[in-house]
Amino acid sequence: MADYYSSFERSGTRWLLQRITAAFLVVVLAFHFMLLHFVNHAAEIRFAGTSVRMQQAGYAITMILFLLTATFHGVNGIYNALVNQGLTGTKLTAVKTVLVLAGLLLVAQGIRLALAMNGFL
Amino acid sequence: MSGAYDRGLIEDFGRWREFSAGMWAWVLHKFTGWVLIGYLFTHVAVLSTFLQGEATYNATLSGLESLLVVRVLEVGLLAVAVFHILNGLRLLFVDLGIGLGSQDRSFYASLVLTGAIVVASVPTFLAGAI
Repeated sequence: MADYYSSFERSGTRWLLQRITAAFLVVVLAFHFMLLHFVNHAAEIRFAGTSVRMQQAGYAITMILFLLTATFHGVNGIYNALVNQGLTGTKLTAVKTVLVLAGLLLVAQGIRLALAMNGFL
Repeated sequence: MSGAYDRGLIEDFGRWREFSAGMWAWVLHKFTGWVLIGYLFTHVAVLSTFLQGEATYNATLSGLESLLVVRVLEVGLLAVAVFHILNGLRLLFVDLGIGLGSQDRSFYASLVLTGAIVVASVPTFLAGAI
């Protein structure tokens, strides 16, 4: 019996970031669900309410950090899953490029959207 | 000093009958992770209707929420997110060296707690749709 098992390379930067983002996301994802499904029901979400929430700097910054951490955690998680699946060489490089581009596009669109909701744009 | 734990090839899903609790936890964590990142892209795409103006954003969100299938999918999303959070906490503790000896029981606890939270949330998620 080993002391630990992890599919990640230990002591790597991505390994650490995956866990730091996980700790942040546990709290913020739960908060997001509570606020937008229980405090405010999803069916009652409207433009005005979204604008009011996003005009609060703390909330807007939290949501942007949520986007950044979730994108990294998810994209890095997919990459690790594909490595575990046995993907190597050119295929892995191609997948990595697509994942990085998709992640950057998602973050760019998400920040543009957050700034519009905030009224900055 | 610790050694590697030879669990066999978990990616060979044909072995699923031999999977232990920890291996099921691994499979479910990966599955829920894929669903969540897929949903994140969809979520940002739907919310991007905000850029088209108030009428489009309101019509899109209320239109989607009026569909029962969307409400049911939201319950599924909650199940996926709650399990990923609870199992993720379990993984963080195991990585910190806490609870490795009871990792199978904490996996079962994650499943039970996920089920309880989801069942308790169903009325809230389906309110107004049925």
